[in-house]
Amino acid sequence: MGYTIISDRYRFTRTLSTSITNMTQEILIDAEHLYRFYGPNCAVQDVSFQLAKGDVLGFLGPNGAGKSSTMQMLTGNLAPSAGKIRVRGIDLLDAPKRAKHELGYLPEQPPLYREHTVDEFLTYCGHLHRVAGKDLRVAVDQAKQRCGLGAVGKRLIGNLSKGYQQRVGIAQAILHNPAVVILDEPTVGLDPIQIREIRALIRELGNEHGIILSTHILPEVQGVCNRVQIINRGRLVFSDTMKGLERHLHSQHLIVRLRNMPVASELQQLPGIVAVETLDDGRLRLRYEGASPAEALAETAVNKHWGLEELIPERRTLEQIFVELTMQDAHPDNPTDAAAHPTETEAA
Amino acid sequence: MILRIAARELKGLFLSPMAWSILAVVQFILAYLFLAQIDTYMQYAPQLAGMQDAPGVTDVVVAPLFGNAAVVLLLVAPLITMRVLSEEKRNRTLTLLMSAPVSMSEIVLGKYLGVLGFFAALLGLLALMPLSLFAGTSLDVGKLLSGLLGLSLLVGAFAAAGLYMSSLTEQPTIAAVSSFGLLLLLWIINWAGGSGEQASSVLSYLSLVQHYDSLLKGLFNSTDVAYYLLFILTFLVLSIQRLDANRLPH
Repeated sequence: MGYTIISDRYRFTRTLSTSITNMTQEILIDAEHLYRFYGPNCAVQDVSFQLAKGDVLGFLGPNGAGKSSTMQMLTGNLAPSAGKIRVRGIDLLDAPKRAKHELGYLPEQPPLYREHTVDEFLTYCGHLHRVAGKDLRVAVDQAKQRCGLGAVGKRLIGNLSKGYQQRVGIAQAILHNPAVVILDEPTVGLDPIQIREIRALIRELGNEHGIILSTHILPEVQGVCNRVQIINRGRLVFSDTMKGLERHLHSQHLIVRLRNMPVASELQQLPGIVAVETLDDGRLRLRYEGASPAEALAETAVNKHWGLEELIPERRTLEQIFVELTMQDAHPDNPTDAAAHPTETEAA
Repeated sequence: MILRIAARELKGLFLSPMAWSILAVVQFILAYLFLAQIDTYMQYAPQLAGMQDAPGVTDVVVAPLFGNAAVVLLLVAPLITMRVLSEEKRNRTLTLLMSAPVSMSEIVLGKYLGVLGFFAALLGLLALMPLSLFAGTSLDVGKLLSGLLGLSLLVGAFAAAGLYMSSLTEQPTIAAVSSFGLLLLLWIINWAGGSGEQASSVLSYLSLVQHYDSLLKGLFNSTDVAYYLLFILTFLVLSIQRLDANRLPH
C-alpha cells in the first residue's frame, strides 16, 4: 500500500536546537560537534547534544551507526578527533580525572574480573573512584540492593549467569553515585522480570541523575526515556523529547470497516476528512485534518446504518520512525519501505 | 590509587593457578641447582682450604645460583607479564580503568608494581636458600646483597619489557613470545661483533647480562644500576604512551 511519509520527516532534524527540555535544569553533559575518524572512516560526524539532570536519553541507531563510539567518547575511552565534551562544566579532555568522577559507564560488554567475587569487585570499583571506608561499604550495599545482587555477594563473578553479570555491570556503573550514568544496552541477556526491574531502576535513577541509554529495544525507549535521539551513519538524525515524539507518532488517519459501504463523497462530507482510500482488505483509510472526526463518523455511521465494524485511529510506531530515518539513505529511491500498520485497536 | 591497582593485579595473579605453578616449578629447579652447587663446593672444599685467596661459599654457591636464576627468570617472566594488559584488553576490562578517574600512568605503574610484587615473592623464596647456609657457615653479606640487588633490577627490567609487550597486543601468547624474544636478544646482544671495537662496546653496554655479571661479582657500579633503572623507565613510558594511543584517533 502506498503510504507516503508525511513531510515533517525533515522537521525531525530541525528540532535539535529546541530539544533541550528544561533550561532551568543543570546541564550534566554538553557535547559539541563531536567527530571521530577511524582511519579514513568517519564513525561519528558533528554530533552535538546536551543532557540535563533528570533526563533519561534513549540513544538509538542501527548497528555500526556510531552509538558505541559516541558513548566511548563521552566516557573518555576514546578521544574525539574534534569537538568538545563537558561533564558538569568540566572539560573531559582537559581534566579527565575530575570529569570522570561524575561518570558511570556500563559498556556493551560489562568489564568484570571473573576471578573475583561480586563484593571484591565492587569494592575495587569503589576504590578506583576514590570512595573509601564507611562510605564504600554503604555504597556497595546500596548498589547491590538496587541491582538485586544481595544474595550473590560472595560468589565468583565468572560463575554467575549472564543476567547477574549484567547486573554487576550496572551496579559498578552506579556505585559511586555519578551525576551521569551511561548504559550501553543494559538489558541484553536479562529475563523479562529482570528487564522490568532494571527499567524501574533506570527510571528511579533518572530522578536524580542524567542517564544515557542505548538500546535496540524500541519499546524500552518508550517505556523508560523522556528524550530520544537516533543516530545513523554517524549523524544525529532525530532528537526530541518523548512528548515531541508523541506528536510525530500521531498520523492523521483513521481506519474504518463498514458493512454497507457508502460512496466516498458521502464520507468526505464529514468535517475534517480530506481523503478516502480503499485498502486491499476492503477497509477504508481516511485522512483528516485538525481534530479527529472519529466521533462524528461513528454517529453518522449509526444514523445511516453503514454497519460500523471497526474504527481505528492509525498510529505510527517509534519503530517506523526509526526505520524511516535509518533506511532513507540506504534506499534513496524507495523511501516508502516503511509501511504503516495500525497498532492500537480502539474498536468503536 | 597505584597501590590499589597493584594489589588487585597481585591478587588476580595469585587467583590463577599460573602464578602458583610458576612459583613451584622455579623453586624446584633452583633448589636443585642450589644443591648441585653445594655438592660441588663440598667436593672441592679440601683443595680450596689450602689455597690462598680461595673463592668462598658465596662465590662458588651463591653467584652461580643467582646467575642460573637469571636465565630461569628470563624464561618465566614473559609468562607472568603476558596477561597483564593484553588480557584486560581482550576481556574488555580495561574499560573499567579507562572510565575511572585514574590516569594512564597510574594504571601502568599499578600494574607494574603488582607484577613486581609477584617477583618479590619469588626472589624472597630464592634468597632463603643462601640464607640457610648461615646455619653452617658464614657468607659474604656484601656480595650476597649485591647479587640480590642485581637480580631484582634484572627482574624489574624483564617485567617492564614484558609489560610493554603486553600493551601491544590482545593475545597473551603473542605478548609472551615477543617479550621472550626481546629479552633473549638483549641478553645475547654482546655476542655480536666480538672484533669490531666500537660497535661491540655499544652492544655489550646494551646487554642485560653484562651489567648483571659485575653486580654478581660484588662490584656495585652506579652505571649498572642506572642502566637497569633507565631500561625500566623507558619501557614504562612506552607502555603509558601505548595505552594512551589506544584512545587517540589514528
